[in-house]
Amino acid sequence: MLAAEFAAKLGAKVLTGEPRDNTEIKGIYCGDLLSWVMSHAPKSSAWVTVHTHLNIVAVASISELSCIIIPEGIKVDEATINRAIDENTIIISSELTAYEICSIAHDCGI
Amino acid sequence: MKLHYEIPANDLTYAGEASSSVKKKLVQLGIDPALVKKAAVSMYEAEINAVIHGNGGFADVEVSSDRIIVTITDKGPGIPNIELAMQEGWSTASDEVREMGFGAGMGLPNIKRYTDKLDIDTQIGEGTKVTITVEFNKRL
Ligand SMILES: Nc1ncnc2c1ncn2[C@@H]1O[C@H](COP(=O)(O)OP(=O)(O)OP(=O)(O)O)[C@@H](O)[C@H]1O
Ligand SMILES: [Mg+2]
Repeated sequence: MLAAEFAAKLGAKVLTGEPRDNTEIKGIYCGDLLSWVMSHAPKSSAWVTVHTHLNIVAVASISELSCIIIPEGIKVDEATINRAIDENTIIISSELTAYEICSIAHDCGI
Repeated sequence: MKLHYEIPANDLTYAGEASSSVKKKLVQLGIDPALVKKAAVSMYEAEINAVIHGNGGFADVEVSSDRIIVTITDKGPGIPNIELAMQEGWSTASDEVREMGFGAGMGLPNIKRYTDKLDIDTQIGEGTKVTITVEFNKRL
């Protein structure tokens, strides 16, 4: 499923604007320890994290994750959003918990 | 191809820029994506270590058709016990960077796992030089 389609299923907002390419979500990975995520998250996963600082963009792009999903309506730094737009990384903001996001993903066949 | 990057001290704002830039160059060169990821993740871990543990430094990258060699040099405190530092979960990261999600103690073990060669040359009070090699043509 495309990242933008999944955002719509979540009733969530894509903070980084219209995605420039068709980024496909092939799984979900939840985690907040950055080097753990870098070594364990499979490529093309959507990454659910509570971190909102600049470095999440580098982690997502270096690990080839398909998008970053910030749960529970946590506010994302403006600088992070701008960096993500520059790096062509999608950030989605959802009001749901990580658990709810994952169960919707499961229902969507992700 | 030879590349050189400065790594600013204690400033996580631009941490990862060098690794991201090298990753893009490897993609352009048409290197196998799986190897690009290994090289980029490893360089990122070493770069972050230089920022949060090593007072910054610089990165030198040498890319040839069959391998990439990355050297990250810092003028930090050095690593007193490399065996301990290589253990998964061992970390002396500050509370401040832990709150940002660093400090799992997984960086060096990740580099070890992802590279064909890892050399750590460290002197207490002088600094640390981490050299990582990823071979492109290795057939399993
Ligand atoms: N360049 C360095 N200079 C001084 N000490 C270092 C350096 N790199 C690593 N260390 C020491 O080795 C420990 C382990 O490093 P490692 O990268 O595995 O974990 P970490 O950086 O603490 O956490 P993580 O990488 O998971 O965010 C560090 O906590 C630190 O004590
Ligand atoms: Mg580290």
